[in-house]
Formats: sequence, C-alpha cells, structure tokens
Amino acid sequence: MASLEVSGVTVSYGGNRVLDGVDLTAGPGRITGLIGPNGAGKSTLFDVVSGLRRPAAGRVSLDGRDVTRLGPARRARHGLARTFQRLELFGRLSVRDNLLVAAELGPDRRHAARAVTALLDRLGLEHLADSPAGALSTGAARLVEVGRALAVRPRLLLLDEPAAGQDGPETERFAALLRSVAADGTAVVLVEHDTGLVMDVCDEVHVLDLGKVIAAGTPAQVSRDAAVLAAYLGDA
Amino acid sequence: MDGFAAFGIVGLTTAAVYAVIGSGLVLTYVTTGVFNFAHGAAGMMAAFAYWQLSAGWGWPVPVALAVVLLVLAPAFGLLAERALFGPAQRLGQAERLVMTVALLSGLIALARWVWDPNVPRPLPTFFAGRAPLRLGPATVTWHQGLTMVVAVAVAAGLWVLLHRTRTGAEMRATVDDRTLVVLAGGDPVRASRAAWILGTQLAALGGILIAPTVTLDAAQLSLLIVSAYTAAVFGRLRSLPLTFLGAAVVGCTESYLTGYLPQNAYLPGLRLAAPALLLFLALLAFPHRRLRGSDERAGRAPVPAWRGTALLAAAIVAAGTVLAAVLGEGDLVTYGPVFSLGLVALSYVPLAGYAGQISLCQLSMAGVGAVVWAHLGADGAWWALGAAVAVAALAGALVALPALRLSGVYLALGTAAFAVVLDRWIFTLPSFEVLGVRIALFDQGSVELAGPRLFGHRLDGGAELMVLAAVCLALATVAVAALRRSRYGRRLVALRDSEAAYATLGGGLLVAKVAVFALSAGIAGLGGALYGMQLRSVTADQFSLVAGLPVFLVAVIGGLGAIGCGLFTGTAYIGPVNLLVALAPGSQNLVALLPGLAGLGLARNPDGLIPAMRAGVRRLAQGLTARRGESEVPVEWWGVRRPWRPEDGEVLARGIAGS
Amino acid sequence: MNVLELRGVRAAHDGITVLHGVDLTAAAGRVTALLGPNGAGKTTTLRVAAGVHPASGGRVLLGGRDATGADPRALARAGVRLIPEGRGVFPNLTVRDNLLMMTRTGRTREEIEEAAFARFPVLARCAARHAGTLSGGEQQMLALARGLATDPAVLLLDELSMGLAPLVVARLYEQVAEIARQGVAVLVVEQFAAAVLGVADRAAVLVRGRVAWRGRPDDGLRAELSALYLGSPR
Repeated sequence: MASLEVSGVTVSYGGNRVLDGVDLTAGPGRITGLIGPNGAGKSTLFDVVSGLRRPAAGRVSLDGRDVTRLGPARRARHGLARTFQRLELFGRLSVRDNLLVAAELGPDRRHAARAVTALLDRLGLEHLADSPAGALSTGAARLVEVGRALAVRPRLLLLDEPAAGQDGPETERFAALLRSVAADGTAVVLVEHDTGLVMDVCDEVHVLDLGKVIAAGTPAQVSRDAAVLAAYLGDA
Repeated sequence: MDGFAAFGIVGLTTAAVYAVIGSGLVLTYVTTGVFNFAHGAAGMMAAFAYWQLSAGWGWPVPVALAVVLLVLAPAFGLLAERALFGPAQRLGQAERLVMTVALLSGLIALARWVWDPNVPRPLPTFFAGRAPLRLGPATVTWHQGLTMVVAVAVAAGLWVLLHRTRTGAEMRATVDDRTLVVLAGGDPVRASRAAWILGTQLAALGGILIAPTVTLDAAQLSLLIVSAYTAAVFGRLRSLPLTFLGAAVVGCTESYLTGYLPQNAYLPGLRLAAPALLLFLALLAFPHRRLRGSDERAGRAPVPAWRGTALLAAAIVAAGTVLAAVLGEGDLVTYGPVFSLGLVALSYVPLAGYAGQISLCQLSMAGVGAVVWAHLGADGAWWALGAAVAVAALAGALVALPALRLSGVYLALGTAAFAVVLDRWIFTLPSFEVLGVRIALFDQGSVELAGPRLFGHRLDGGAELMVLAAVCLALATVAVAALRRSRYGRRLVALRDSEAAYATLGGGLLVAKVAVFALSAGIAGLGGALYGMQLRSVTADQFSLVAGLPVFLVAVIGGLGAIGCGLFTGTAYIGPVNLLVALAPGSQNLVALLPGLAGLGLARNPDGLIPAMRAGVRRLAQGLTARRGESEVPVEWWGVRRPWRPEDGEVLARGIAGS
Repeated sequence: MNVLELRGVRAAHDGITVLHGVDLTAAAGRVTALLGPNGAGKTTTLRVAAGVHPASGGRVLLGGRDATGADPRALARAGVRLIPEGRGVFPNLTVRDNLLMMTRTGRTREEIEEAAFARFPVLARCAARHAGTLSGGEQQMLALARGLATDPAVLLLDELSMGLAPLVVARLYEQVAEIARQGVAVLVVEQFAAAVLGVADRAAVLVRGRVAWRGRPDDGLRAELSALYLGSPR
C-alpha cells in the first residue's frame, strides 16, 4: 500500500490554478523526487498534503486512509512530517530543544531525550546542540529542520529544498542520510532544485509544471522525456 | 415613534463622531502599519485643549478650533511620527503596539495632571443658542446636524484625497510595498507623516465634537474610542466605507439600548459595555486566519538556570521579610503591592513572553481573584484561595477562546474589550443568583478582604501579609521557571515561533493556548487576592483596563521573557513611585506618567531591561566595551539618509532570507 | 556598445562567497540571458549590478565608467532599472495609480499613461482595476510599463516568467525584445531557458557562482542546459 496517495488535487489562488488535478504516490522505503520550475506549485502541494491548505478538489490519503478533511496535527499523528522551504524553526529554542519538542510529540516520548541525542549525532549537529536555532546559517538551519522532522519518527517525510545552501561534500553526506532514512522504511518525497541530487537519490521523479504533473518515471526516463525538455528548455 | 426617531438621531450623531475618529484610525493603520491605541487619547487631549482655549481662557470659538485642529493636532501627529513611530519602524508589531499603549497610558496621566479630574468642565454645544430643526417627527439640534455634516464632509474629503491625488496614491502604495515606493522615487516617510497628521486631526475633530455631550474625563474620553475601534474593525481596519457603516451600527445600538432597555439594576452597565461587546463580536466574526509562520520578531525566552532561580526566590522572600520587619503599618499598605502586583506581572511571562499572546486584561483577572477571595475567604479558609485561582483560571480560559482566532493587534483589542466589558458591566452588577447560587461581585461599591488563617492564627497584619505575598511570588517564580524548563514550556515557545511547524509536528493549538491563558489568569488571580488582602478593601476601579495598562507596561519594560519580571515590575512600579511621592509630595502626577514615558523608550530596548541588565553585568565582568551596531535609519533609507555601507547589502539579504 | 559590464565580480552572503568572479556584459539594443539552476547566483548578480548588493571584488562598469559600490539611488538615476522577482506592482492600487506613482521621475501622468497603454493596450482596458486582481501576465506587463516610465538605459529583469503560462511568457518576451530594439540594454535572469531563448541575442550560464558557458543561444546551449538541469543518473 502506498504511504501517500494524492489524487486530483486542485488549488486555485486569486483566479490562477496553482495546482490542477495533481496525482502523486509515494511508497515506503522509496525516495520520490518532485521537480519543476519556480512557481510550478511544489510547495503548495506540500501544504495540501500536510493539511495547511484545503484543496478545492481532490483527495489525500496516508497509508490508505483518507485524511483530506483532517487538520495538520491529526495528519502528523498519522505519521507525516515535513520541512519548509521558508524556514520555520523555533528560533528562540536551542537546536536540541527544537528536536526535543518534536520527539516529545512523536510516538515514543519517554525516550525522547536519548533519541534526540542520537539524532543530533547522526546529523552531525552535536556541536550546534545548544545554539539558538534562530542564529544558524541557512544550510545548518535546513539540516535542523530535517532533524526536527525525523525526530517524530515519520512514516512519510516531505522535504522542501533541504539541500539549498549546502556545498558539494555536504550534499554527498546529505544524499547518504536520505538513503539511510529510506532504508529504515520511511517514504520520502523530495522537492529540490539541485537536480544532480534528485537524479542521484530518487527512485522515481515527478515533474510539475504550471500546476500539472507533466512527467513521471525513473530519473533516466524523466531526463529523456520530451515534455520535460520542453518545459525546461523551451520547444525549439 | 417619535422616540424611535429621536433615539435614531442621537445614535447617528454619536455614529458620526465614531466614524470621524475611526476613519483617522484606519488611515494611520493602513499607511503606517501602526494600530494606534492612543488614537482616542489624542482626541481626548484635543478636547481638553479646546476647553482650555475656549472656556478656560475665553478665546473665541473659531480661533480655539483653528489652533487645536490646525496647529496642535498636526504638531502632535508629527511629533508622534518623528519621535516615536518613525524610529520604531524596524520593531515588530508587538513592540509598536506596546508603544501606543504606553502613549495612551501616558496621555491619560498627563491630562489628569494638567486638568484636575475633580473640577467639572462643561463645554457648550456648538450653536447652542439656536432653536432645533424639525425634520418630520424628529428634532435635530444644530450641534447634531453639524456633527453629521462634518462626518459626511470627512468621508467625501478622504475619498477625494485617497483616490484623486498623488499623495493619496502614495499613502496607499506605502501600505503595499515601502521599498517599491522608494524605487519609484517616492517618499514613504512623507506619506507616513501625512497619515499621522491627518489621523490626529480627525481624532481631534471627533474629540471636540463629542466632548460637549459627555463628561470631560480623561479615561472616559480615551475609551470612548472603543466604539471607534469597533467601527474600524467593522471595516477590517482597511475599508473606510465599512468603517462608516460600523460606526452607524455602534452609534445606533448604544442609543437604542439607552432608549429601550428595560429599567433594572442589571442592565445599565450593558449599555456602557455595548461597544466593547460589539467589538468582541466583530473580532470574532473575522475570517479564520491561516496558521502563522515565523514572520515576526519574537522576544527572547531564555531558559532560567535552577541556581539563579533559587537565588531569585530566596531574594524575594528575604526582601519581603526585611520590608515586613522595617516598615510601619501605614507604609506596609503602601508598599505591600510590590509582591502581589508582582504576581500579576509574572502572569505575563508564560502568556506573553513564552506563548506570545498579548493580553491587556490580566489585571481584570486579578480582580476576579480578589472578588472570589472576598466572598469565599471571609473566614480565612485556604481552599478559598484555591477557588480564587481556579475561578480566575476559568475566566482566563474564556478569554482564550477568541485567542484561538486572533493574534497580535486583534488579540490585544479583544482582551482590551473583554476588560472593558468587565469594568463597565460585570463588575458593576449587584449580586444575583444563578441556579440557586448567589454570586456577588463588588456589590456596586467596595468589598472587604480578610487574611487567611494559618494553624489557627489569622494572618491579618500588614507584615504577615507582606511575607505571605513574597512567599507566593517566590513560589510562583520558581513554578514559572520550572514551566519554562518543562516539555510544556518548550511547546509554548515553539508555538509562538512557528504555529505552522508546531501543528505539522502534531501539536494541538487548542489545548496549549487555553492552558496558558488559564495558567496565567490563575497566577494573576492569586496576585489579585493577595493585593486585595493587603489593601483590605478594594473597588472595581482598582482592576480596570486603565489601571492595568501601567502594570503591563512596566512588565514589558522589565522583559516579558524573564522570570525576574514579577519582582522587577513590583519593585519598579510601586517602589520609585511611592518613594518620589514621599520625598516630594507634589510629584504624584509626574510619577503616574513614568510607566508611559518608559514604555515609549521601548524602541531602544525591545527585549526589556532585565536581559539588558544581565548583559551589562556580563560585559562588565568580561571588561568588554559594547558598541551599538544597529542603525536608527529605516532600512529603505540606507544609502540616502546615511551613506551606503558595504555590509548593508548582506544585512538586507539576510533580512530577506529570514523573512 | 556595452552599457553594463561586470568584470570579475565576487559577492558573498553570510560570509559564504556565492559569486566567484563573474564576467558579463549587456549591450544596448540586445537581450542578454543569464541562465542557471537555483542558487547559482543569478539574482545576486543582478542585485550587484543594481547596487543593492555589495561586490566583495571586481568591478561594475556603467557606460564605461566605474560604478562599483555606487548607491542604488544614484544608479537608478543613471538609468539602471531593476524589476525584482515577483510582481513589481502595488496590488491595492489601480493600474492608473500604479502608473501615477512613477510621476516622481519627472514625466507627467499623461505621458506615462500614453506610453504604457500604447505598448500594452490590455492595461488601458483594465486601467481602473486594482493591480492585485490582474492576471499574472498583466501584472508583469504593468511592472514592465512602470519600469519603462523611467526611460532606463539598462533593464534588469528577474524571473519574469515565474508562474506564468508559456503563451503569456512568449508575449511578454516579444515586448522585451521590442524594448531592446529601441536601444535599451536588457539583462534577463531566468532559471528556465524555455521562455527567453527565443528572443535572447546572447546567453550565459551561471553554475555555482561561475560562468560555465557563454555564446549565442543555439544547440550547444541546449545540450549544456540539458546536461545541467536533468543530468544523467549517476
């Protein structure tokens, strides 16, 4: 059964159709990439899936259960976690407390403190554990957001540009982290502008353009798709 | 039918005044983003100034009018913009809100100082000598007619200004995008100034028009504005036509309530509280907002160390003991509230400091606690203190319900409206029965409060009560520190920093918000009960919105995120005030101004004094000299008002990335 | 003639260098496209050119004269006009009032409206509507019209096509080409090449703060971009 099933999601904003009948599935242990030009509707889709925005039409299911009418907190309790493109850290809390708030909201709150320490170690953030999250550089802040989402032990993880602001070696390490998260059985949906990373780690890639999915398939298939080439490079 | 028409005329006349004042409020808000709580106070000052010139010094009416409307009001608006809100542009909405509250509180204190409240100041209505006009069944006095004509003229004038002139376009453009205005060669500062001047003039006009028909009293006049706020909220703080419509609704509601409300002991307060109730309803009718991200600057909320907390608690108890030992019985009554009002201020720490919910009705919650203790704790039983806390917490939970829908300015307005409803109606009710239980409040006067019993001994002396209050404050301080260190405390801070992130992690907003409102109202209720015990007899006035503003301001000055806030506020609010009065008996009015003045200085120290004092101590210890790096020049003027510096672009880019 | 020239420009965010010596020119009467993936430094390049982001090295020349580190207002007066990402309009003002806001630049309301409505007739039809209620394409036209009201020598456009349908983008770029033909040096930043390649005279590809490719927009560019954006599974 798919961890996430989005079907026919439509969102209109001020007369514009930001999303137009979008379908998307993500399975456990797999990394699904979502790419497309700026303004294609990727972040809006994440808002719909995580319950921050009501779609005008369509449905969202988690593990086969229709959650379209549930609020964000209820969906989180069904095992969904996400990061935000425009960072939404708890700026006045330390990095450790950011993760701790999440872990204590997760399924295993009794061992939250120990789990957070382990997670900080896994992400290589021990040295920042006591810094206030509001004072981090963009790259580190994005990593903390990923860590905070992981701290609730999600079954479905939505990552919105987690690698922006990282340099080459950092991206390599991040790719390894993503693979290990998927190997634990988590379904990952990755929105990312670093196409190299997407093509590298994803099992499947969906391409969104002007609110519609214009292509889906393996990275190899997508990179040869005529419609994708046209969307990115123009039809010549 | 005649009565109906007559009340309609009265209602529309009041509505006209509300519309004039409300449109000024909307104008300043849309152009500058500052919701001016002191807008009504500006109108109040204008009314007093007009009285002074015309009745006091006998100037001809046209001259007095011209001086107030064309010289004093614009000067005041300009001063407010230049000295206060221009520099505050870079501050968050919460800080600017506090500054306007400070201005409100300061202006009321100033007016009471200059114009002795015990002297009646009648103002003649305009054209008082002329016979009223008859329009069918209704009679319209010339003053009423003039008021309505002025409102229509204001409506027309504003429309022409905003939609037919370049200045108006620039004012509206400034709301949309200040930077883009600069890129277009415009001047957002000029637009702000125009809005402040015009807004103040409109407030002054409204104040002068309404003053002859009500008592010239500083607090009453400033709070008449609740009605104008209601009108503005009808217009969503943006639309002038809807503001005028809202004014008509409020004005007529008030007037018809006066005319048709049955005569009994319970309802007169309802008429007075009607605008506040309407404001409450209008706020609740606001569309549900989406979950807020971390768009605003939040104050600090440091984790208190156990050692420091223990030291602070010990210091509080020690101070209480020493004061109790050295002060005489009279001084004990004067200085007693240091700790009990400290508790009220401490209640702001979890609520505003951690959870970011600005509430202006904490002293009202203290009033609830005092009333409950007065009636249930007459024989000194300890459970009654628990009941006082519980009932206050219940009232706090009630306030939390609108807070689920409101934030920022709207929440502050909603809680202010709640406080006004309590002041004007609930607290003035005679005792009544609900389901066979007799509920008594202030018994339309004052209530007596006795001390509690401890091991068969009644704690009734000032010294004993002082120690009791100090111990309670110390315990509450420790409890708040424990809260901040707990899971729940982390959640409150997280909730404030990003509601969206908190919700998508599975956190429930409802329970957390209701709980923090109840908790802090409970702390305030305890403070109120102790305050009452120390004063022995209290009236509803001592727990009114206006009385609560200075406590709030001093707490903000101390720093809402610091657990020392309680002790700081108690000491700073009670201490210097009474010391100064003792040293120089004439200075009573001056000291009433102090909290307002200090609040206006908030632009310098948005995190409050406690963190600044701690940082100062740390710097001294390290022998370092600190340099203030932040510039007072608003960001869009970098490179214009002061030279462009190489690091500015980075600062901008960071600001943009962080926004 | 090269109206705008960047020579070895370096710039940093948060102490991290994002531009490592960028050379770029924009010539009068030509459309120059600056392409590349997100985070390559395209917007920063434009912001350095407009003076709103400091260069930590290199030089910015305007009409052959050194303008490095000049105040953004001075550059604006010298004819550099940046239309930032997103829509450079006031959403709560009518189209007419949006144009009215440009009268500070020394031209009268009538002149500005006449020029704008001649170039974009659709704006004349919705002159009384609030800009926020216009379609995305119409808003960009209004932003362009506002930009042109200042008679710029250099027009810097950031992601004009964002969130717009291809047909709308194509029409916008026809206008941009027309503007260039009248002698304006146009520098266009686009993340996705489709939109701008039809009208660009010159193109450069920016990758991680360096110009990785430059030349005429032809098949070589398409191959370069294809490899860059879609890569191949490693």
